[in-house]
Amino acid sequence: MPVTVGMKFDMNREKMRKLEGFIAMTLSTLAAMAGLFWLVFILGDVLVHGIKALNMGLFTNDPAPAGIEGGGLRNAFVGQIMITFCATLIGVPVGVLGGTFLAEYARGRTIAKIISVLSDIMVSVPSIVIGTFIYAVVVKPVGHFSGWAGAIALAIIMIPVVLRTTEDMLTLVPWTLREAAFALGAPYYKVIIQVVYRGAAAGILTGILLSIARVAGETAPLLFTSFNNSFFSVNMNEPIASLTVTVFQYAMGPYESWHAQAWAASFVVTIFILLLTIIGRVVVKWRFGK
Amino acid sequence: MPSQQRRNPADIVFSSVTAIASFSVIVLVIGIFYVLVSESSLAIGRFGITKFLASTDWDPVRESFGALTNIYGTVVTTVLALTIAIPVAIGIAIFVTEISPNFLKGPIGAAIELLAAIPSIIYGMWGLFTLSPIMSNHIEPFLKRITADIPVVSILFEGTPMGIDILTASVILSIMIIPFTASISRDSFNLTPSIVKESAYAIGATKWEVIKNVVVPYSKLGVFGGIVLSLGRAIGETMAVAFVLGNSHRITTSLLDAAATITVTLANEFAEADNDLYLSSLFYLALVLFVMSFITLAIAKLFLLKAERKYSR
Amino acid sequence: MNSISKLILSVTLALLLCINIADAAEKLNGAGATFPYPLYSAWAYDYNRITGVQINYQSIGSGGGQRQVTERTVDFGASDDPLTPDQVRKDGLLQFPAVIGGVVPVLNLGNVRSGQLKLDSGTLCGLFLGEIKFWDDDRLKKINPELKLPHTEVTVIYRSDGSGTTAIFTNYLNDTCPAWKEKVGAGKAVKYPSGIGGKGNEGVANYVKRAAGSIGYVEFAYAKQNKLVFSQLKNAAGSFVSPGFESFEAAAESGDFDPKKDFYLLLTNAPGKGSWPIAGATFILLPKEKTASNKGVVKFFDWAYKNGDKRAKDLVYVPLPQALEEKVRAYWKENGIY
Repeated sequence: MPVTVGMKFDMNREKMRKLEGFIAMTLSTLAAMAGLFWLVFILGDVLVHGIKALNMGLFTNDPAPAGIEGGGLRNAFVGQIMITFCATLIGVPVGVLGGTFLAEYARGRTIAKIISVLSDIMVSVPSIVIGTFIYAVVVKPVGHFSGWAGAIALAIIMIPVVLRTTEDMLTLVPWTLREAAFALGAPYYKVIIQVVYRGAAAGILTGILLSIARVAGETAPLLFTSFNNSFFSVNMNEPIASLTVTVFQYAMGPYESWHAQAWAASFVVTIFILLLTIIGRVVVKWRFGK
Repeated sequence: MPSQQRRNPADIVFSSVTAIASFSVIVLVIGIFYVLVSESSLAIGRFGITKFLASTDWDPVRESFGALTNIYGTVVTTVLALTIAIPVAIGIAIFVTEISPNFLKGPIGAAIELLAAIPSIIYGMWGLFTLSPIMSNHIEPFLKRITADIPVVSILFEGTPMGIDILTASVILSIMIIPFTASISRDSFNLTPSIVKESAYAIGATKWEVIKNVVVPYSKLGVFGGIVLSLGRAIGETMAVAFVLGNSHRITTSLLDAAATITVTLANEFAEADNDLYLSSLFYLALVLFVMSFITLAIAKLFLLKAERKYSR
Repeated sequence: MNSISKLILSVTLALLLCINIADAAEKLNGAGATFPYPLYSAWAYDYNRITGVQINYQSIGSGGGQRQVTERTVDFGASDDPLTPDQVRKDGLLQFPAVIGGVVPVLNLGNVRSGQLKLDSGTLCGLFLGEIKFWDDDRLKKINPELKLPHTEVTVIYRSDGSGTTAIFTNYLNDTCPAWKEKVGAGKAVKYPSGIGGKGNEGVANYVKRAAGSIGYVEFAYAKQNKLVFSQLKNAAGSFVSPGFESFEAAAESGDFDPKKDFYLLLTNAPGKGSWPIAGATFILLPKEKTASNKGVVKFFDWAYKNGDKRAKDLVYVPLPQALEEKVRAYWKENGIY
């Protein structure tokens, strides 16, 4: 009977739909598991190898040449902090002020839109290109590699990140708040500094933290700017060691002791960056809720 | 903003300072472009544009340089990485938005974002020490075995499985871009108004049908933008691939051969190039990379802006 | 205004802080060849302990060493590939040899041990041209009748960066193998027909260790320190020699370095029954006008000539012969930096 056949067909179709749904759902779940698997795999590997190679000497000694026992990465730890710190000093003010212009003085104007879009693009521009750029405009004219060149390269990567978060965060501050302050006769810059910044502080801070996390792991822009130094140096006018470049050099090197130190350095970098990222997220959660 | 406020001299100073700060972005973009062009002018003069882009030569002895092998390496690794990454990333996004129980959404989302925060050099080193032996001992021989009798496909797996090749580099690259693609897709999926989804459920659609017929079409602009953005990221990635690609300037059909991307060539050869034309050609490569990624990212941004406009309506 | 000026002030202060942390230690930056890197860094380590002077030497490849010193971004450059006297003059440099070493073919071939495999220029050339595709090739079997060579594919590992090691190695092939001369040529970076590129001697050593069936070339000290398997090689006199201190020294003694030519000399395919055919001196390049820093660099190498021989021998480099050291000192004096 035609009706029964139709029913049966419908039943089959129903089953097919269910089956298709089931397969798709399973695949998605597997994909999520795969994503988690990589995270656990990579982090686990860095953890296991890194902790094994960690010791006090790593932080208190400078590198010894291959074949001589002992030696650590004190110079690279300090160098990394110096470069990142100076990059932050350059990048954050420019980024925050730039973001302020977009969200306040130029709000809604075409120029704000253009700069905003350009910044978004700059965020993802290959960092190695920034390195070649700084080599051409800083290293070559100055005549030598320097910590400053590295810091400027990192700052260039930072600026768009900070600028965009600042812009977004300032935009979130309700306009009425500003109007209340204008009503008291405060000039705009005072309103921005004392009212708007205060309202958006947590968000801007998060942007800064995330931008530091971003540049602290950068290697490519440092390769031909801050270069490397096998001695302890805090002079930003000199080539200066950084953890990431050292990891590149040591991991590509043939010595087991170098590999171990590269793992240890990676471990420290990773933990530092993940902590910054987590703190950033927590600040956002705490300030803005869900 | 009230206009009389802006006459305040301190305000003029402050607004100019902020303006200068934000214009620095424009200055940087133009500056980078200008400097790269002027530094590569020697190579541009010697090889021109089409000849440079189409030449497979990379021969420092005879001072003949072309970008094609590098562009080829960049394109192949990127495309392969995206092929692996997109399904996984979209799967993750579907899982997080539609399937996962609520208490898991936060942790999994956070985990994916942490994956995005790991610096690329860690991926690279991990690739060299951990992934590459696995690839050369297990995965690549396996792929070789199962494809051995299939014509054409077997060409892809010719040669010795070394673990330092296009395939390994692409796998690492895919792991790197999964988080980007996943989190943008997730955000786009989340933007689908629940009322539209509810009504689909109400007429008896299964969860998958809702995703396939409602969520994905609704958010496809955003997802597509996310994919192009990941493409832009992958094009410019250096350290993750520098360890495992083998820096070899050849066009090969096998995924088990070494290759070179623009970024890897720069990382390996930039500080070492000994003559002006060589260095200039490397700057030229950097320029090609800058233009390639700039265009890709601009397209991504275009899609994302369009998506934003659509959703905010 | 208060808070802005405070902000500006603190940022400026912090920036100044960054600049002003400069310690008193005398520092000299050098960059270049990876070939002598283990030795220079060991010397620098010892020298720093004695004098407090920091010699920061980074191995970036000879090509890099030449360019960085030409662009004056470093105080001295190092290169295994000597510049011709014309180039030295053109770029306003000074050039002198520091130490002698050898490049050795290294391989990773199952249970074949160091010194067991014999190669001559023909087979070495065939391997690196990609013409010998498997290790049990007849040409290899012929000169290694006593070895059981496996049917493993050959993977060539070469230097991906501009390198003097490559220059020495390709010079040798260029001299001895017509097919190489025609297809590839000699230089610090050449276009290899096949294989995988590793960055620096370290990178090549690392890849060779990792890949079964591979053959590469590294500076002997790297092979030794990494316990890589090296081969014997047939020299110009027709005898098979193993790389090592004696065979490098034999090659070095055959060389006639001339200060008038800024010591320009290649030691490849040296005559003599015991000479290793791929030996070479490694050179230091100084920017001629920087007298002050040059004096510091020269002091370091003078110290190394006098006190560094043991360290050099430990790492299997051949110290310069006494007579040559004197010639170099005379060269320094002549240029007013000694």
